[in-house]
Amino acid sequence: MIKKEEVEHIAKLARLELTEKEIERLQKDMSAILDYFDLLKKAPRLEVKTKFPKTIFDQREDEAVQADADTVEALVDAAPEKDDGYIKVKSILQ
Amino acid sequence: MDLTELTIAQAHGGLKNGDFTSVDLTKAYLDKIKREDKEINAYLSVDEKGAMRQAVQADEKIKSGEFGMLTGIPCAIKDAIMVKGQTCTSASKILENYVAPYDATVIEKLRNQGVVILGKTNLDEFAMGGSGENSAFGATKNPRDKTRVAGGSSSGSAAAVAANMACFSLGSDTGGSIRLPSSFCGVAGLKPTYGAVSRYGLIAFGSSLDQIGPIAKNVEDARIVFDAICGKDKMDATSTDYKLEDSDVRLKGLKIGVPKEYFVKGIDSEVEKIIKNAIEKAKNAGAEIVEISLPSGEFALACYYIIAPAEASANLARFDGIRYGLSEKGENLLDVYQKTKGKGFGDEVKRRIMLGTYTLSSGYYDAYYKKAQEVRELIKQDFAKAFEDVDMIFAPTSPVPAIKIGEKSGDPLSMYLMDIYTVSVNLAGLPGISIPAGEIGELPIGLQIIGKSFEENKILAIALQMENML
Repeated sequence: MIKKEEVEHIAKLARLELTEKEIERLQKDMSAILDYFDLLKKAPRLEVKTKFPKTIFDQREDEAVQADADTVEALVDAAPEKDDGYIKVKSILQ
Repeated sequence: MDLTELTIAQAHGGLKNGDFTSVDLTKAYLDKIKREDKEINAYLSVDEKGAMRQAVQADEKIKSGEFGMLTGIPCAIKDAIMVKGQTCTSASKILENYVAPYDATVIEKLRNQGVVILGKTNLDEFAMGGSGENSAFGATKNPRDKTRVAGGSSSGSAAAVAANMACFSLGSDTGGSIRLPSSFCGVAGLKPTYGAVSRYGLIAFGSSLDQIGPIAKNVEDARIVFDAICGKDKMDATSTDYKLEDSDVRLKGLKIGVPKEYFVKGIDSEVEKIIKNAIEKAKNAGAEIVEISLPSGEFALACYYIIAPAEASANLARFDGIRYGLSEKGENLLDVYQKTKGKGFGDEVKRRIMLGTYTLSSGYYDAYYKKAQEVRELIKQDFAKAFEDVDMIFAPTSPVPAIKIGEKSGDPLSMYLMDIYTVSVNLAGLPGISIPAGEIGELPIGLQIIGKSFEENKILAIALQMENML
């Protein structure tokens, strides 16, 4: 069984606030699922080195695609807090 | 005549002959939804006004004489796919009031054909689940037996088509999410080859696995819809230049592989009987049945449940209360993130974010994520080797018929085991279709036909021949 502190640490990495009850539940569920993952230890080793699919790591040009004004407005509109066409974020450095 | 019972091809014929209009058709579906969806819960939102407006436009198009197979046909869209101006919730509280600012590419393509979009369908939250019960807005019920689930994650899309509340629908499939509910509801569902359909505008779950595909009343309809949505899109770098061509492949002389590992422990004996019967029919029609081995198959589920949650944990990081959806007040930025996610995400989504973060974290990465990537390669090699000898693979879609609502909801691992026959196909990027093969009482059972990459034309041709015999 994974430790409570471990669940709390992972939750912190994931930026996820959990209740005590949720932590307890996750301890149990994650342990059962991680135990199941141990099955992979039985899997044979891969002969050739893993080749990641070419499409994922192909370098492509970083193109700036202009979106029309309506789309830009709709995107900003979707933000919970905005000001004068910008998305408002709390200050990072305090 | 009940217009909602017509297939796409039949409805198209009626529209063409002037037997009825798209407005008639759309009204019939909207009425049906009003009468019956309270019980089924297939739709999260219905756009009555928009649908009627699109129907009027479609009728004009039809009058002009220039129209396609899908013009004026009413459909439903999984609520993880963006339809401009409509809410797109992904069945999550975190996006409860989110309005899509643009159309997904598949929607743009359907609009160009002049379809009528009736509404957005229910799903497991962020497409994570096999039963549909993980929706923040209540489970979709199986139209065949309302005490049972519709299957997930495209629960509403499959149920809407099965209950004649849409002529066809779009779903998405990351580990079985089109095929599994299609099997449970008794409809045809195609998971295309990775890259065959643009994913632009689909809320991302597992980006190396996700594909959008059609759910339809029969194979012919699934083909019509797939033909309309496939192809290269500059907004999705993984999409490929792909055209659906005709195929004259016949069951006679076809080499069908049946994985021996798929018929051991865990499969319901009635399901096994129905699938074996379908295989027997293929044999009687002249196909050669070959027992094949997919030795890494036993690791597929573990592999999938490492890779998909790892990708999900990265993809869902964007729901932080800043750019869209729910935003909880906090003292500082970190506080906003944590509170928003804690309040907005449901149990299964939290579980997967936690699992994904765990397997990607320092110290565990090699044992889990890296190992899973290696196993994924082994699974791909298994299929490649099998396809040297056979043209297609026949398998069950699910080891069980639709389960009772609540039956497995307390036990995530046993829920995951329902995906045992579907996840490998996503890991290998292959196309697969589920078609109804028989019934246990009222409950439909799906036959899964898996093909080589970009050979949708062949699996659709064979699925059509099987459909006529089953």
